[in-house]
Amino acid sequence: MTDQAFVTIKNAAKSFGKLQVLRDINLSVERGQIVAIIGPSGSGKSTLLRAINELDPLTSGEVWLEYVQINKTLPHRQHEAHVNQVRQNIGMVFQHFNLFPHLTVRGNITLAPRMLKGLSEADANKLAEEQLAKVGLTEKIDEHPSRLSGGQKQRVAIARALAMKPKVMLFDEATSALDHELVEEVNLVMKQLAEEHMTMIIVTHEMDFAASVCDRVLFMDQGVVVEEGPPAVIFQNPKEERTRNFLRKHLSR
Amino acid sequence: MDTELILRVSPFFIEAAWMTIKLSILTAILGLTCGALGAAARLSRLAVLRWIAAIYVSVFRGTPALIQIFILYFGGPQIGIQLDSFSAGTIALGVNIGAYMTETIRGAILSVDKGQTEAARTLGMSRWETMRKVVLPQAARMMIRPLGVNISAMIKGTALIAPISVVELTYTAQRFIGSTYKPFEMFLLSGILYMIIIYVVGQGISLLDRRARIT
Repeated sequence: MTDQAFVTIKNAAKSFGKLQVLRDINLSVERGQIVAIIGPSGSGKSTLLRAINELDPLTSGEVWLEYVQINKTLPHRQHEAHVNQVRQNIGMVFQHFNLFPHLTVRGNITLAPRMLKGLSEADANKLAEEQLAKVGLTEKIDEHPSRLSGGQKQRVAIARALAMKPKVMLFDEATSALDHELVEEVNLVMKQLAEEHMTMIIVTHEMDFAASVCDRVLFMDQGVVVEEGPPAVIFQNPKEERTRNFLRKHLSR
Repeated sequence: MDTELILRVSPFFIEAAWMTIKLSILTAILGLTCGALGAAARLSRLAVLRWIAAIYVSVFRGTPALIQIFILYFGGPQIGIQLDSFSAGTIALGVNIGAYMTETIRGAILSVDKGQTEAARTLGMSRWETMRKVVLPQAARMMIRPLGVNISAMIKGTALIAPISVVELTYTAQRFIGSTYKPFEMFLLSGILYMIIIYVVGQGISLLDRRARIT
């Protein structure tokens, strides 16, 4: 076996019309690694994350999950089938949770596993209970999302993603929409995933969290990776002027 | 006001109301079918289907329903479509209301938050699975009320079928005016019966809407 990284992004570029939002980005994430992507809004960090699971396909470049190229060029039908397959391995958590409001917590968690993996009702229920136990919300299993707090919603969204047994988890500003006092409960769940060596790519505005949990930090600005390294280096001793400016604004709050 | 006359003709009006109800039910079924197909085509990935549906909507919303009924009933035989007045009226009005329903259904589907689709697709669900299990159940709740508005407009629209001699409420009123010269009573009677039908349908729609909200 060659030394293939778990998630690999090669020469990624993306433009919306004339606007270039990603420029020549390269990134490899090892199995079990936790990578934070930080940067000002509009820097392209969410777009990069969403390119990994083809929500926002790249204009050029490659995305790989282990030995499978995610963004293969294929005829439409095959491309759909391929992407649907690959996405089962990539969990994603959104800023606005995006829970299905017409389903209970149980329904939210079991929908995809039942549909895509053909789980029986009993197995799916067991799975839902397991995943909810992980995020500490077993007692909410029969509630509708509208009855949950923001923090609880996000924990259910994490449980929903985990129920597909993904190899990688992508977090797109998972705590940005939460009231301050609810951030910690979501961070705790993410820390717990980190301890279980889940591979994670996290777009975040929370520098403390990035510093304490992540193995590597990428600083992006204007569609490029300006600087990357271990959190100790990026946060305490960044080389680039742009990184320093950004951190000055975000750390001295 | 001639109440005795009203009592005497009311059995005929009740029968005519039943015809209006039958017309309405069939027209609603046809309209909903056209609306569902139209909305699916409007949202299709295939440009041809989108085009056809867009033309359908603008033609049928852009011309009077009465003209559409006349073209089918009077003009149909010239191009080999021979329909009795009941069928011609039902089909023309159904296809007409279907154009409005196309836009109603499409609007409801588009009003479902994009994040819902993203979440479902991210889990690995296909476009169709996402539509069926995530988008449509939410859109369905949102389209109940506006479809109810379409349907009550359509019930009133069945009056347009009177000129091609379907014995429904408006036609019956006109027929009795011919023999009694009492337009006030006759139109009042038919108006009241329309109102009752529309009221009942409206209550039904509200009930459905409330139920959909609770679950």
